[in-house]
Amino acid sequence: MNAQHQPTGSAYFMTAETARPETHTLSVLVDNEPGVLARVIGLFSGRGYNIESLTVSETEHEAHLSRITIVTTATPNVLEQVKSQLERIVPVHRVVDLTVRSSELGHDKPLERELALVKVTGTGEDRVEALRLADAFRAQVIDANTEHFIFEITGRVSKIEQFISIMKPLGLVEICRTGIAAMNRGPQGM
Amino acid sequence: MAGKQMEMTGAEMVLQALRDNGVEHIFGYPGGAVLPIYDELHQQEDIEHILVRHEQGAGHMAEGYARSTGKPGVVLVTSGPGATNVVTALQDALMDSIPIVCLTGQVPTSLIGSDAFQECDTVGITRPCTKHNWLVKDVNQLSRVIHEAFRIATTGRPGPVVVDIPKDVQFATGLYTPPSPVIEQKSYQPKVSGDLDKIREAIELMATAKRPIIYSGGGVVNSGPEASQLLRELVELTGFPITSTLMGLGAYPASGKNWMGMLGMHGTYEANMAMHDCDVMVCIGARFDDRITGRLDAFSPNSKRIHIDIDPSSINKIVRTDIGILGDVGHVLEDMVRLWRASKKTDRSQLADWWTQISKWRGRNSLAYAANSDVIMPQYAIQRLYELTKDRDTYITTEVGQHQMWAAQFYGFEEPNRWMTSGGLGTMGYGFPAAIGVQVAHRDSLVIDIAGDASIQMCIQEMSCAVQHELPVKIFILNNQYMGMVRQWQQLLHGNRLSHSYTESMPDFIKLAEAYGGVGIRCDKPGDLDDAIQTMIDTPRPVIFDCRVASLANCFPMIPSGKAHNDMLLPDEATDEAVANAIDAKGRALV
Repeated sequence: MNAQHQPTGSAYFMTAETARPETHTLSVLVDNEPGVLARVIGLFSGRGYNIESLTVSETEHEAHLSRITIVTTATPNVLEQVKSQLERIVPVHRVVDLTVRSSELGHDKPLERELALVKVTGTGEDRVEALRLADAFRAQVIDANTEHFIFEITGRVSKIEQFISIMKPLGLVEICRTGIAAMNRGPQGM
Repeated sequence: MAGKQMEMTGAEMVLQALRDNGVEHIFGYPGGAVLPIYDELHQQEDIEHILVRHEQGAGHMAEGYARSTGKPGVVLVTSGPGATNVVTALQDALMDSIPIVCLTGQVPTSLIGSDAFQECDTVGITRPCTKHNWLVKDVNQLSRVIHEAFRIATTGRPGPVVVDIPKDVQFATGLYTPPSPVIEQKSYQPKVSGDLDKIREAIELMATAKRPIIYSGGGVVNSGPEASQLLRELVELTGFPITSTLMGLGAYPASGKNWMGMLGMHGTYEANMAMHDCDVMVCIGARFDDRITGRLDAFSPNSKRIHIDIDPSSINKIVRTDIGILGDVGHVLEDMVRLWRASKKTDRSQLADWWTQISKWRGRNSLAYAANSDVIMPQYAIQRLYELTKDRDTYITTEVGQHQMWAAQFYGFEEPNRWMTSGGLGTMGYGFPAAIGVQVAHRDSLVIDIAGDASIQMCIQEMSCAVQHELPVKIFILNNQYMGMVRQWQQLLHGNRLSHSYTESMPDFIKLAEAYGGVGIRCDKPGDLDDAIQTMIDTPRPVIFDCRVASLANCFPMIPSGKAHNDMLLPDEATDEAVANAIDAKGRALV
């Protein structure tokens, strides 16, 4: 097929997509059984949806339930499909769009936090500066010797992004991030 | 926990679980990793095993069996190639919502992940082409998983499931638990009853319609015969015209006065024009597939849409819906019929203009073709087949291509579950094994696979299966010596450069039938056709009927890719020039 003749997206969406993509955070409660994560991410890759962040861990040990937090960007129609398709997966109990829920509750957005481990090496003024900035960002030193620090930082994604970019010229060596954990404000459960 | 637990081996459990789930027939092929189950099969008589010649055939047979009975089809295959060969049929069943329970053998648990002989990641490979799947590593979980597999395959939107059973689990001894009426599973709870407020809203909208249309699909057939009965009642009560997808044929009788014929790419002019011009569309158990909608931005521009579907992801997936009703078609239709009756709406005068318009469109006679007294026109062959079989207990299956569309256009289906075809996946090779599956369930019925000369060669090996099990399936080949639909698209899209669509080295189908122990019949003259078809019907053995038809006939009417419902290519306008220019540059990129 000639590339210039290929319409965007699916072959039958002849109209150009005009709707604006939105970023939403979804909480998905699933049975913690073998293959369940593969089902969820296989759905995203198979149907061409985006995953910007993915976090998963068992949250209710006795019921063997895991909570998956997915950040995805799509147009409103596709977001609706993402949710319905997730609900079709047999071991999925519930899908909650935290972004939609938070606006229903009158909040700006759900509470979102990420944890990052950031390793920085350096000597002299750079090393002092790194420590000073870490302190300003309330990052903890969890490992150090005379040549390096490993900082643990928790916060909103923007804060972590900012911290990493500041550390770059100060001897940044490696980063590990957890992805986003999220829930809504207020007394109500998911 | 209901029922008494019993100690037995995994292989015994498989047979016991099948019996407890009402299974009478399974389609399978033995191999190293399922030998313990085959050993158990050998020692019992409750379940009949149909030995296939390729695992894909087993899958399609189970589909035909399921679609013609409403019961799940069961497949048993070995690990590795056994499992990978059945993948096509699983995806086919997934797209057409057919309940299949596929049991696969697996290498022993201790060898999983070691690249053992005939090992493959069956649950990994089949994850996207099943509704759900399981790898059972503990014999004590085996019976529960098989019962759950049947529940998931048959409830909600039906679909295929795979249970992968390692060989050591088949040998191991554990506790068998009979099926329990109490469902322990908490996550999967399909909703069958529709929201009454929405149904009321839909009835009100339908009552105001001046140009309504009912667009029904395979969901009506899947919902069971009562759903088709209710659909007929609704049509009768409302006086609405009705069209259907390929998968939904038979839910409303083709002889019914409100029947418009199939819609979509090769649907009738009246059905597609009515879809385009309607003011209220009632979509019942269909999913706005691209073969149905054509160009989306010009799809039914002035209609309010009601969509009834059991799968929430189908609603608003392709086309925005004004009233989406989530539930089983049968349940929702029952409420609709009841509420419509209660509203005592009998005045149909507001539909008079609409019906006048429809009869004008019908007058266009969009299925017309040029009759020929020298060569058999493929449409004529289907018409004669229909006339000679319509008063019998007949089931029709098809392969995929032109013959499939002609069968859908020219064979009149009066009842649901009589028509088995590969709609979503479009699997060449589906029809013959599906017909065998139908014949297994309906031993005394006439089962005909309407085939093409190319498609039939994709699963022809099952002739051996049909002969072995004395299944007198009839293969009616519309032999035009081309992959007809491919050739038609090459004519439409690629300057009639017929790249690899001519069937070179065609087998002699009569000799082929005889080689397998069946009967071969050939016919190439319109005048001989009726007698030849009658001979086929009267032959109580598998028959390959080589019907030599006009080689370059095209399937019309057609909505060319990228065009709207009201932009059809009709048979009498389809000159060579019109065909060559029917599709613009944008449409060429589409499928």
